[in-house]
Amino acid sequence: MNRKMSDKERKLNIDAAFHVTGRTKYLDDLPEWQGTLFAKVFYAPKAHGEITKLDYTKAAQSDGVFRILSYKDIPGENQIGGIIPDEPLLAETELHFIGQPILLILADSELQAEKAKSLVEIEIKEKEVIVDPKEAFEKGELLHASRTFTLGDTNAAFEDCAHVFSGEVASGGQEHLYLETQGAYAFPQNRGSIVVHSSTQGPTAVQRTCARILGVSMNQVEVDVNRIGGGFGGKEDQASPWAAMVALAAFVTGRPVKYILSRHEDLQMTGKRHPYKSEYKIGFDEDLKIKAYEATFYQNGGAAADLSPAVMERTLFHATNSYSVPNVSVTAHGCKTNLPPNTAFRGFGGPQGMFVIESALHNAARKLGLPFHQLQERNLLIEGMEFSYGQIVAEAKAVDCWDQAKRQYDLSRWEREVETFNAKNKYQKKGLSLMPVCFGISFTNTPMNQARALVHVYSDGSVGVSTGAVEMGQGVNTKMVQVAAHAFGIDSQRIKLENTNTTRVANTSPSAASATADLNGKALQDACNQIKDRFTAFIKRALQLKAEDLVGFKEEQVFINNKKVDWPWEDLVNKAFLARENLSAKGHYATPKIHFDKSKEKGHPFAYHVYGTAITEVTVDCLRGIYHFDAVRLVHDFGSSMNPGVDLGQIEGGLVQGMGWMTLEDLVYNEKGELKSGTLATYKIPDANYAPDVIDVQFLETDGHDLAILKSKAVGEPPLMYGIGAYFALTNAVLAFNPNANLTYEAPMTTEKLLMALYS
Amino acid sequence: MIDFILNNQRIKTAAPPGTAVLDFVRKQRQLTGMKLVCKEGECGACTMLVGEWLNDRMIYKSMTSCIMPLVNAHGKHLLTIEGLSAGDLTPIQQAMIDTTGTQCGFCTPGFVVSMTGALLNSRHTNTENFLEAIDGNICRCTGYKSIERAIGKIVDDLREKQLDNDLLALINANYLPAYLADIPTRLKAIASEFPKANTDAKAIRLGGGTDLYVQRPNEMYEADINPVFSRPDMREIKIENGVCTFGAALTMGDLYHSPTFQKALPNSDYLFRLLSSTQIRNMATIGGNLVNASPIGDFTILLLGLNAAIELRKERDSRWIDLKDFYLDYKKMDLQEGEYLMNIRFQLPENPGHFYFDKISQRKYLDIAGVNSAMTLRLEEDKTIAEMHLSAGGVGPIPQYLTKTIESMLGQQLTETLLDKALQVLQSEISPISDARGSADYKRMALRQLVIAHFLKVDENIYPVEKLIGA
Ligand SMILES: Cc1cc2nc3c(=O)[nH]c(=O)nc-3n(C[C@H](O)[C@H](O)[C@H](O)COP(=O)(O)OP(=O)(O)OC[C@H]3O[C@@H](n4cnc5c(N)ncnc54)[C@H](O)[C@@H]3O)c2cc1C
Ligand code: FES
Ligand code: FES
Repeated sequence: MNRKMSDKERKLNIDAAFHVTGRTKYLDDLPEWQGTLFAKVFYAPKAHGEITKLDYTKAAQSDGVFRILSYKDIPGENQIGGIIPDEPLLAETELHFIGQPILLILADSELQAEKAKSLVEIEIKEKEVIVDPKEAFEKGELLHASRTFTLGDTNAAFEDCAHVFSGEVASGGQEHLYLETQGAYAFPQNRGSIVVHSSTQGPTAVQRTCARILGVSMNQVEVDVNRIGGGFGGKEDQASPWAAMVALAAFVTGRPVKYILSRHEDLQMTGKRHPYKSEYKIGFDEDLKIKAYEATFYQNGGAAADLSPAVMERTLFHATNSYSVPNVSVTAHGCKTNLPPNTAFRGFGGPQGMFVIESALHNAARKLGLPFHQLQERNLLIEGMEFSYGQIVAEAKAVDCWDQAKRQYDLSRWEREVETFNAKNKYQKKGLSLMPVCFGISFTNTPMNQARALVHVYSDGSVGVSTGAVEMGQGVNTKMVQVAAHAFGIDSQRIKLENTNTTRVANTSPSAASATADLNGKALQDACNQIKDRFTAFIKRALQLKAEDLVGFKEEQVFINNKKVDWPWEDLVNKAFLARENLSAKGHYATPKIHFDKSKEKGHPFAYHVYGTAITEVTVDCLRGIYHFDAVRLVHDFGSSMNPGVDLGQIEGGLVQGMGWMTLEDLVYNEKGELKSGTLATYKIPDANYAPDVIDVQFLETDGHDLAILKSKAVGEPPLMYGIGAYFALTNAVLAFNPNANLTYEAPMTTEKLLMALYS
Repeated sequence: MIDFILNNQRIKTAAPPGTAVLDFVRKQRQLTGMKLVCKEGECGACTMLVGEWLNDRMIYKSMTSCIMPLVNAHGKHLLTIEGLSAGDLTPIQQAMIDTTGTQCGFCTPGFVVSMTGALLNSRHTNTENFLEAIDGNICRCTGYKSIERAIGKIVDDLREKQLDNDLLALINANYLPAYLADIPTRLKAIASEFPKANTDAKAIRLGGGTDLYVQRPNEMYEADINPVFSRPDMREIKIENGVCTFGAALTMGDLYHSPTFQKALPNSDYLFRLLSSTQIRNMATIGGNLVNASPIGDFTILLLGLNAAIELRKERDSRWIDLKDFYLDYKKMDLQEGEYLMNIRFQLPENPGHFYFDKISQRKYLDIAGVNSAMTLRLEEDKTIAEMHLSAGGVGPIPQYLTKTIESMLGQQLTETLLDKALQVLQSEISPISDARGSADYKRMALRQLVIAHFLKVDENIYPVEKLIGA
């Protein structure tokens, strides 16, 4: 597009004008090279067993099929496990879940490859299938070592408690449903190297996996990511297998190979948010302050570890959500089942942990006969408390957000309105809930908290920026442009954001953990500052300034001691270039202060925490057991937002996604490990009508945090957990209709569970 | 040859008539703005507008190209996001930018096209109509609020400029590309005769394809097809002597917007909104819905609740049967090879007769029902039930006409006790199974609730539902 965008537009989202005209190119939109082969996976039709016969001669001879690859064709190591090496790329004899890839069919067209699939003959000696995490635990099927975080002494504390409650909680899985399915396109290069275009959040993970499969070093594999059509964690680790498959095929055949998963393949083969089953025990003193909290989490990891150990860790980190709890003992087990390996999903285990303590508090409040939110409020996290993992609560905003939400949205009036409505209506009942969130920012695996950036200033004054960040809709491209424009004091129009590419920026951490803008932005600042330092030195030499003179860059001009000199940006760049200055720089950033000692399960793993409180109102049609969300009004701690448009979009999108997880999105596997909700006709995510009529987002006024990029706090994951409020709003509406309802604390609250609860 | 206009370009192609339009446009025309996401018609990322010269005007309707057969494009104008983005940004596109209505962008072209469809289509361009136009578009990123804010801006702009759906005015205001003005003339120049039917008795009768392309997409690509979608003789609707008769190729959308159908079934707007989405309603024919024989088909249940009859044709032979006798067993019908569904008719519910349709699904809109039900009821002054038809879906192998329940009530006075008894009979008459849409127990309970809901609309005090708590 040749039309110039205004600075305001760029600030909104630099990609938007391309999106709305359909010009943005995603992986499947790249022009196809002549000679491209199209791949399809033949996958396990049974959830557990041993292959006793596999014959694909007929398939290999069918129309258009070029070749069929099995694990035997892998020159390197048949292994894709990132944290634990427990997952083959292509199954050898053991099958562990329906959808596990066995063969890669290469044909002239997708349809031909698809048809060949049905000609593969396979026989399987079936074994016992486990889909329930508790059953797996009881049978000793664990993916990795269990872990426990403790603070104080819960046993002793429970002795002194005035009230103790215990119970069970379950939460379901969640399909990412990024609109763009997984996929990759590989091109063989000279001297045996490969270029892979991948729809991934983790280009380096893809590169490492491809190299491992091909048996080559990482420098032989170049991974390029233009942008992706949504990720939500689903493409953090699980974009790698498809990339490795096409890389393998390109390596073996010498032809370009493309594989874009169909929606059904994607639903069948990829992992999702981990379902959890949990048990808790919670104790309060006379003042209804939580004295002790114990929980055991059974994480349904699926058939291989994938990112489960890290996800499980975050469940433990966030087990007490936004509450002060002096005595904690929480244990998590990573259970091995015959489902596709579950993986990262926005919130990364945090939501599952939070849902348990919220359920515990809700149940306790009901038994104690006081409103749920009063019990929550009494226990909100305060400054100076210790988290179970040893970090001391600093710059706590839990109470501030809560109080501001109550005040700004006039909670007591709101409650009265709901009561009046409920008194007036027999079969329509409203429910209200409050949901506080406290979420830690940083990868909990400390070494991942680093990033790099590459900046070129071209001799015409334009700037090229490369970072390790992948744009997936979260607006990181826009934020990176803002960071560079801010650093150089130039118009954002001068800045181009390059594709994320492992040859330009190596050893990247995935775009995940909400930390992408912080890490990459700070690395980018470092690169910009190096160039600015060189400019400064050059200007001082050229204008014979004194050492203490201050050189600044803003409004596309050079300022000396805050006075403008007539050196517009373009002149400056050109002069520096002619003076043979280095106009490129590589930046690096590693988050300071954070550490965590896994042997003690103590440390300071998070750069900072993000806080907020959401109030949710729902109206339930008690006749039909259906509902509609009237409003979610929330106060969120953005720090000092660098891009309110982008950040607001993250809040609204995250919230609705979280609400979907708690209500609509019902991921169903039967006892044979078959996915029963494997289509969009059966797996429902929020549509515009489902979204609450009103989403009101207020900013908590703060100065922001130094470890946040431009003091603008990370915003990707935390809002998802506001969605937990949807569950309790529904529950409270049920209680308004049927005060004796039997509540089970099993999410999602489907229309089935809702109707059953209403009449229980 | 299939002959049509794609954006501003005339296309004549020998591609197989069963090719999905999305595949054709993306792979053979290299227009990649429409996205492939689900191939189920469930997300709207592949939405395009399909224009047709009908009754002396151009009518544009949004459809999901992923499940639209190429043969159904014959003689029409297809408008994709590329066709709308020939010049400057349209105010719709600008509004989406201004409100950050796009994040990853994968859904965005679909939304822009659907909104443009609202402009071209609706009688009034108000917020309500725009929201309805995007009821088949899914976005995983935004939570929809920013998109709704964009709609707010668009509606304000239209109001300010006093624009309605006048084509030239919309072109002048840059909402639409200028070449749209010439399309009617160009379309008329295309021999728009109906594509030759494959008359082999085994050829697949093809309506909108919204079921066929979801169930067997690969097979359809090469299949022998006998298309009925745009057959003029199957798109008529009339009311005569209190009977509404209409053609099986009419779509849910056609009926929704038909003044005649509105007369036949007043206040049925709410009901259409519960059926799939704008895009699917624009494609899904009533014939397809009935012959599908899905135990949960909404229009089927609705027509059973009206005790409709259907006309089956085979060459020159025609026979009328009651719809309730059409369904024999799971997906088995009283339909011979080569026979097809031509017309449907039903008696208008009389005054003070009443008609009710209700549906429970996991997601309220754009979702197949878990359980659905329809009822026609005529009461005498003294509340004696003079006429009653009751149907239910999702509770057995076929869309069910609840003969026994009806018999237990007919000729009796409507009371709480009578209803209690009828609810017992109802439970003995149905045989739901547990599946992805719910457990058998749930379906039994849900149908009970829907039947009560029908009667509560007749008399809101007839039944104290709260007595069922704990029952
Ligand atoms: C996203 C989506 C949402 C949906 N939501 C709903 C919903 O809410 N409620 C609902 O009821 N359904 C829903 N459906 C299901 C279904 O596709 C529609 O009910 C539709 O009416 C089928 O009509 P069609 O013209 O597209 O059928 P087609 O796919 O063209 O045909 C379906 C069957 O009918 C046969 N057929 C078609 N016309 C005739 C005829 N005149 N004579 C003889 N045989 C014929 C075909 O050979 C085929 O076997 C949905 C479908 C999709 C894709
Ligand atoms: S791709 Fe989803 S509706 Fe067409
Ligand atoms: S913007 Fe990503 S799906 Fe809508």
